[in-house]
Amino acid sequence: MPDLGLEVLFKGSNMLRLLQGLWAAVEISLVSIVTSFPLGIILGIIMTKENILIKFLTKVYLEFIRIMPQLVLLFIVFFGSTKILGINLPGETSAIIVFVLWGVAEMGDLTRSAILSVPVHQYESSKALGLSKTQSYFYIILPQTLRRLVPLSINLVTRMVKTTSLVLMIGVVEVLKTGQQIIEANRMTSPNAAFGVFLVIFILYFLVCWPASIAARQLEKKWS
Amino acid sequence: MDFGYIEKVWPLYQKAALLTVKIGLEGVFLAILTGLFCAVVLYEKVPVIRHIVTVYIETSRNTPLLVQLFFIYYGLPKAGIMLSPETCGAAGLAFLGGSYMAEAFRSGLQGVDNIQKESAYSLGLSKAQIMCYVVLLQAVSTSIPAFLANIIFLLKETSVFSAVSLMDLMFTAKDLIGLYYKTTESLTLLVVFYLVILLPVLVAGAIAERRLRYAGFGA
Repeated sequence: MPDLGLEVLFKGSNMLRLLQGLWAAVEISLVSIVTSFPLGIILGIIMTKENILIKFLTKVYLEFIRIMPQLVLLFIVFFGSTKILGINLPGETSAIIVFVLWGVAEMGDLTRSAILSVPVHQYESSKALGLSKTQSYFYIILPQTLRRLVPLSINLVTRMVKTTSLVLMIGVVEVLKTGQQIIEANRMTSPNAAFGVFLVIFILYFLVCWPASIAARQLEKKWS
Repeated sequence: MDFGYIEKVWPLYQKAALLTVKIGLEGVFLAILTGLFCAVVLYEKVPVIRHIVTVYIETSRNTPLLVQLFFIYYGLPKAGIMLSPETCGAAGLAFLGGSYMAEAFRSGLQGVDNIQKESAYSLGLSKAQIMCYVVLLQAVSTSIPAFLANIIFLLKETSVFSAVSLMDLMFTAKDLIGLYYKTTESLTLLVVFYLVILLPVLVAGAIAERRLRYAGFGA
């Protein structure tokens, strides 16, 4: 059995450090999710309004955020903020700004499509029953929208968690960076550490995202 | 904006963009093949291989490309598998994209009406013929929009290639920012080049979707 560098993980507090790194990544996504989801839902409701200017502006915002790779957005905020605004944003803050902008855009679009997927007769029937606009929104439309929205937004959460791996590139110490540090520190004693460490990080990400994907799939099946 | 500087670094960006597109397309091509294979295996419920494919799809969808690349580029050489950065990029993209393409094809396959298969069977076509000439063609054409969306997604994901020391657009931009401190110009060029690469695919996707809405089969 060749040495695959797994023993490094049991040395000192290496495994704990990796988990801390993972938590740093998950923390960034949690903060972004908590901030962007309510804002995204509001944006989604605004996007269903029939106003050309609103439609145009939200469309431009959404499409720009969507077409740019997240790493490019991270670079723009991280390097651009220093150059253009003259403020020195730490990597974590830049990452959260980008993830919130991205989350609001994606969540807005999901909400918009979920609202529009509620058939027109639902609106009409609630009107015919004499419900006011607010009442029909709260009792008829929103509950149906949420059912469609929940599985989709869980998927967005896993996408966000996966994307946090990119913050390494703007100097945030997260799980991959911690992994690199551990590999560097043990270069002499275990030259093969790269295999074991990156394999473990791979598995860690999988263990975070997989349960969420399964939950999303189950909910989708149950509610559709 | 310093246009003299933009002119000076333009060829560098052009080279980087070509490399990005080249590896991106290689990866997309491999991903399509992988996806097609996986989708057919799942659709035909091939024993044993079906389970391997399921495990592959779950792992590939639930891990980030950057982590996959790090494992392929830094981890695998320790186990004796050495790949050049370019091969590594294409392989990583294929590993990630295969599962997304498989999902796209699978929903296309499920969308093919049973009567199509039954009719083909009654005409005396063999199982392989039914798959190739009847089912697959219809499935592919209905899954084109999902398919183009995946291509956009994969081309966007190429932005992480710089992490395995590929001289792609991100790498060039970061390098030039470090060299000349022309941050605004470098970032603008970065955005422009990604738009040039991605917008045509986006437009193609919109056109395909509109066309397919009218293309019904066996209806």
